[in-house]
Amino acid sequence: MINFQAVSKKYNSHEALSDVSLEIPDSEFVFLVGPTGAGKSTLLKLIIREELPSAGRVFVGSLEVNKLSSSQVPHLRRRVGTVFQDFKLLPQRTVFENVAFPLEILGLDDDEIESVTKDTLALVDLEKLANQFPGQISGGEAQRTAIARAMVLRPEVILADEPTGNLDAGSAWEVMQLLDRLNSLGTTVIMATHNMDISSSLPHRTLEIQKGRLVHDSKPKGTKSPAVKKKNA
Amino acid sequence: MKNLQRLVKISAQRITRNPYHALAAFLVMFFTFFVVGAFILVSFGSNVLLRYFESRPAVTAFLKDGTTTDKVKSIQDTLVKTQVVSKTRYVSKEEALKIYKERNKDQPLLSEFVTADVLPASIEVSTYKIDDLSKVAGILQKNSDVEEVVFQQNIIETLSSWTRALRNIGGGVVVFLLVTSFLTTLIVVGLNISIHRDEIEIMRLVGATANYIRTPFILEGIFYGAVSAAVATSVLWAIIAWFSPALQRIFSGIPLFPVNSSVFGYLLLFEVVAGIAVGVIGSFVATRKYLTV
Repeated sequence: MINFQAVSKKYNSHEALSDVSLEIPDSEFVFLVGPTGAGKSTLLKLIIREELPSAGRVFVGSLEVNKLSSSQVPHLRRRVGTVFQDFKLLPQRTVFENVAFPLEILGLDDDEIESVTKDTLALVDLEKLANQFPGQISGGEAQRTAIARAMVLRPEVILADEPTGNLDAGSAWEVMQLLDRLNSLGTTVIMATHNMDISSSLPHRTLEIQKGRLVHDSKPKGTKSPAVKKKNA
Repeated sequence: MKNLQRLVKISAQRITRNPYHALAAFLVMFFTFFVVGAFILVSFGSNVLLRYFESRPAVTAFLKDGTTTDKVKSIQDTLVKTQVVSKTRYVSKEEALKIYKERNKDQPLLSEFVTADVLPASIEVSTYKIDDLSKVAGILQKNSDVEEVVFQQNIIETLSSWTRALRNIGGGVVVFLLVTSFLTTLIVVGLNISIHRDEIEIMRLVGATANYIRTPFILEGIFYGAVSAAVATSVLWAIIAWFSPALQRIFSGIPLFPVNSSVFGYLLLFEVVAGIAVGVIGSFVATRKYLTV
């Protein structure tokens, strides 16, 4: 469970988040929507302790994120996978090596790394591209590689910050379906997007942020995915 | 262990992908450790030279022909009573001839016409302190059986002052070069941190610890220091080995050349350890200054 208790974040005089309280239960899929600059990315950064709140408390499970020592932060980040709009893949590493990277950092042996990485690539349907470099694959495939890397440690939570922002409509829909599938396997997914079409494509809870304030928390409604799919296709 | 192998691999990749940075760091550190090694060897050599001269009889009193052994004994007793003399040795005419022949064994013509009668007997005197040489020389000069007194106070004093000056200048130059090497390592590792900031960011996001992120940069510093120090010492070794025969002729009789290989062994060990220390400190400071983890 992720829990924000009266969280504010200020950058000098600018208030990026203001008195945000929310609760996201395990295995939930949540859209975080709002215009660019509303505070969505700040909220995600607070979860992985890229930023510290100016006020309030942030919990991931039983961990109070803002009270973690710097040596505990890597352990938090192994529990929370991250996916970004610009993929953040290492260009000189193959798809397989990019996905295997977190496992290498954990110090697993080569056989285990190979086995887990292959399983994860199969999960995102990228086995055939395992030996390609990021420069040789499409945007959608690059984002699926990034999702595979985020998933390889089997985290409890995946944070996706505008993961479809750089993708064409078809690839965006594939990424959405993939995130939805990972969620159905029990992973909590929090996806930030400014694209309302994307957020309405799947029947999930939506948190709307405007000027740093949580202004709307809507429960799942009916899906619009076919329309989005048709429109995007 | 597995992680260390992976970190070494990451470090090696970063070095080979930025060969000009690596070359710059290597050359500066190579020059530093070459000069450091040279100063150490020169300092070591000047010590040997100084010890050699100090161990030689510092005052030699040539005796008049016909000086009896009783008179020689009396002169020696007089010197010992001064308590500043560490050793006296009587060299008879026959011994003087033997020494002369030994020194000129390569030039038999010089020895051919020399007999023991031509060479004077002498008393060689060593003192505990160089300052007492003139006192001893004065006593000997007053003795009626002494023909001539020769003493080498000036040589030793000059050599001493040269050694001191060399150490001071050398120390200054070495400190300057070590600081330069430290700063070069800091800059090169800092540049590499800047080049790899995307990779570092990804490492952080996927849960790499601070040590995991920092270690490849520290290994990079160790590599520059250890390799450049080892190469510098080896080059120095080769140069001295090459010039040893010529130097041996110049410093004939002084046990300087060829330099014992154990000296180079110790020098190599010292330089590599010093190189690693400079590399570690430089890269550590760079990671603290430029790397946010």
